[in-house]
Amino acid sequence: MNQFSHRQSAHCESGVVSAMMSHHGAPMSEPMAFGLASALTFAYIPFVKMAGMPLIAYRMPPGAIIGAMSKRLGVRIERRKFRDPKAGMAALDEQLARGRIVGLQTCVYWLPYFPEAMRFHFNAHNLIVYGKEGDEYLISDPVFEVSTRCPADALEKARFAKGAMAAKGLMYYPTEMPRELDYKKLIPAAIRRNERGMTKAPLPIVGIRGIRYLANNVLKLGRRNDKSLTLYLAHIVRMQEEIGTGGAGFRFIYGSFLQEAGRLIGSDALLEASKKITAAGDEWRRFALNATKMCRGRMPMDVQALADIINTCADKELDAWRVMKAI
Amino acid sequence: MDTSSVPQDPSPTYEGQRKLLYAVDDRGEYTGVQSAGWEVETFATLAAVAELDRLREDAWTRALAGQTSALEFHMFDRRMELDTLAATTGIWKWRIRRHFDVQRFARLPEHLLQRYADAMGISVARLRTVPPREGTP
Repeated sequence: MNQFSHRQSAHCESGVVSAMMSHHGAPMSEPMAFGLASALTFAYIPFVKMAGMPLIAYRMPPGAIIGAMSKRLGVRIERRKFRDPKAGMAALDEQLARGRIVGLQTCVYWLPYFPEAMRFHFNAHNLIVYGKEGDEYLISDPVFEVSTRCPADALEKARFAKGAMAAKGLMYYPTEMPRELDYKKLIPAAIRRNERGMTKAPLPIVGIRGIRYLANNVLKLGRRNDKSLTLYLAHIVRMQEEIGTGGAGFRFIYGSFLQEAGRLIGSDALLEASKKITAAGDEWRRFALNATKMCRGRMPMDVQALADIINTCADKELDAWRVMKAI
Repeated sequence: MDTSSVPQDPSPTYEGQRKLLYAVDDRGEYTGVQSAGWEVETFATLAAVAELDRLREDAWTRALAGQTSALEFHMFDRRMELDTLAATTGIWKWRIRRHFDVQRFARLPEHLLQRYADAMGISVARLRTVPPREGTP
């Protein structure tokens, strides 16, 4: 079986990439995997609904970090999807037998080791399989403290659940690693790409403008002030905190990346930007705290105050990106 | 966020697990910190779960009263709603809505029932029935 050491991550996809890189001899922290993929974003997409709620994303869509691993870091990755579930499971077994660790895209709802309250129909959860014993797969799920096991039939269901962002049994593993990573080039390029996405997005619902769009929507819904407002605010908080973000909608992961990157290439600007993005993250946490207090009636409902906090988040993030622009 | 302010409110939704957050320690260094939960996040999760439960209870009551088919109950019972069920079965929403009609649902051919049952991971026999509610007359 594989010599594989499990390490806990905040987010599934950056966790899988970090674990795969490290396993194949190129040690990489989770924040570094996240940052090099330019994975930070903000998007408020009112016409894509999840359980009746608008899609609010704090990071690039699923697959972006793995995509960046092959495109930016020069790792050759074999990615396969399957029409036939049985073929998909057989292919997984074959790679495991060869001693490979394999990344899978799965639907959270069908994974029995997830806590009951967390089992929602979300199709883009990434995990690593590193072995099989009898009818059970050995799973390293990055967001959990320790590695775990999953029965074959449940894993098959999770891989082949249909619907939005369906995995279609997607499995992936690196076949060729780059000889070395040139951080002096990779880091500035990744940050510049991310800066463009956050400050120059052509749509008013993406980036800094997207954050302000969210603030306006909170105000708009606030005029109704019924039960739907509570559910709406709770939804924002969930997207920001619950869905494996490392706190404050990935802002803290990114802050950690900037600090590590700043040290690595000796850039004081990045260290300063790290502090600024952390301050923006703290503001997001303050929003979550206040919104929840208002929903629970421990503070009078004041959507103007909430919108103000969100706009402050936008200001602080813009401030951070201005510093990074110089890089 | 400082490492000292990483919340440690044991959360029922984590079932004893801890998750990883990133925070800044007293020397200004970023580090990973495990958190047992945050009251704020727990509230948001439980609000979402409560809403799903409410929809399920509501559909259950109506299904027992013969006002909707077993399909609607099982949909919510599997934590789905119309969008998710339509996406996972490939059946259009307006068609599914028609299948919420008790009489129509009773006449559905086996292969359609099988599609629903597969998406929900239950048997056709179970899909056809509304489970009795314990303690209700």
